Amino acid sequence: MTPATRRWVFLIAGAGLVAFYLWGLTGLPGFGAYPGPYGFIINQVAVGQTKATAVVSAINFEYRGFDTVGEEFILFVAAAGVSTVLRHLRGERERSALDEARDRAAPPTSDAVRTLALVFTGPAVIMGWYLAAHAQTAPSGGFQGGVVLATAFILIYLSGQFLLFKRVSPVAVTETVEAVGAGGFACVGLSAVFLGLPYLTNDLGLGTTPGAIDSSGTIALISFFVGVEVAAAFVLIVGELLEQTLLIRQETR
Amino acid sequence: MMHVFPFIVVAWILAVGLYGVVTSRHLVHQIVCLIVVQSSTYVLLLAVGYVTGGVAPFFYDVPVHTPAVDPVVQALALTDVVVEAAVTALLLAFAIQAHKRFGTLDPQELTELKG
Amino acid sequence: MTGTVAVTTPYSVPVPLMDVLQVVVLVLVAAGATAVVLTRRPVRQVMVLSGYGLMLAVLFMVFQAPDVTLSELTVGAVALPLLLLLALAKIRKKEE
Repeated sequence: MTPATRRWVFLIAGAGLVAFYLWGLTGLPGFGAYPGPYGFIINQVAVGQTKATAVVSAINFEYRGFDTVGEEFILFVAAAGVSTVLRHLRGERERSALDEARDRAAPPTSDAVRTLALVFTGPAVIMGWYLAAHAQTAPSGGFQGGVVLATAFILIYLSGQFLLFKRVSPVAVTETVEAVGAGGFACVGLSAVFLGLPYLTNDLGLGTTPGAIDSSGTIALISFFVGVEVAAAFVLIVGELLEQTLLIRQETR
Repeated sequence: MMHVFPFIVVAWILAVGLYGVVTSRHLVHQIVCLIVVQSSTYVLLLAVGYVTGGVAPFFYDVPVHTPAVDPVVQALALTDVVVEAAVTALLLAFAIQAHKRFGTLDPQELTELKG
Repeated sequence: MTGTVAVTTPYSVPVPLMDVLQVVVLVLVAAGATAVVLTRRPVRQVMVLSGYGLMLAVLFMVFQAPDVTLSELTVGAVALPLLLLLALAKIRKKEE
């Protein structure tokens, strides 16, 4: 099938798909006229029940916590999958990379990039911790905090200190940290089972003030574990993709 | 008109992303078009849950009974965004392997299944 | 739900103005998606994807979803272009 034929077949099929899609979408209640009772009920009830003012995080880690366990393990498996798929590449290329490294001139990192990257590493770590720790008060949470924390490590690489990046985040330590994060979340849920309650029940004491740091029981704890796990998963994935490009640079030093 | 416009935009993004996936000549370009298709679902989720005149569902500085937008779809979209990045990383690893095995990144030449 | 604003904080916006804002950002998002697909060269497409992620984050903010905005900003405008550029660098080095 030539590209032109493919394009015409897609245009006809795509027009049919979009027509059915739009016909289905006009059956929805219009934009802004949300009718469903579930959202309104949760908004009324969540602050009283969990003492957490951020209702979205309360849903993620409390009302629908089991879904979040599944999604966190998707991340875990994806990081493991990237390591597995790229493992064969690394062993194979190691020989020829050494020979190529002699006549390859890697340009040095400019001073502006280095300064900016090093200046922002500290604030990025603090921001990541803050986001992961405040899931129950403000628009933050484990997922966002974990990604910001991972970018702090990547800034170290971008500033040209790639050897420092490998030393600061060796694969064995990062994998252990990721396992602790994922396992910690599952174990927090199990701790409720040991008390005779259903899995992932909020069994720590709910504080008195809604939205304080020590309020909302397990939500803050789970968010911390999720943040650690997401950061480690991203650092692992980026480290795998960097392995090959780093190998050349390491030989010219 | 305002009560259907976001859904029309969702359908447009979906159609454009699918067009990119079908007529692509480079695996990484195809993966990015897949990201665009996925982003149309986030817009759809948030458009379904929107309440006219509602505030964000965070009751730190507004009283508890103010009308707010639906928080359930926001929870779904939030984890969805981070998971999409992990799945894209896996797809990229496959693309690198495919380039190594077959020497080409053109999806229209990678059609035959080798044993 | 009436057509007025639910609660008047110092930052609230009347509903017709909110409608105009939403329509403008939706049109920009649609244009951004078209631009991402029509850019054929991978490295340029990654840059356009980063800008599209930023536009999506603004759209989520206008839809009153700050949590999703944070996620989309960190993932779609930073982490995804980084992963894509690393993969492209790896592929390009094999071609040499």
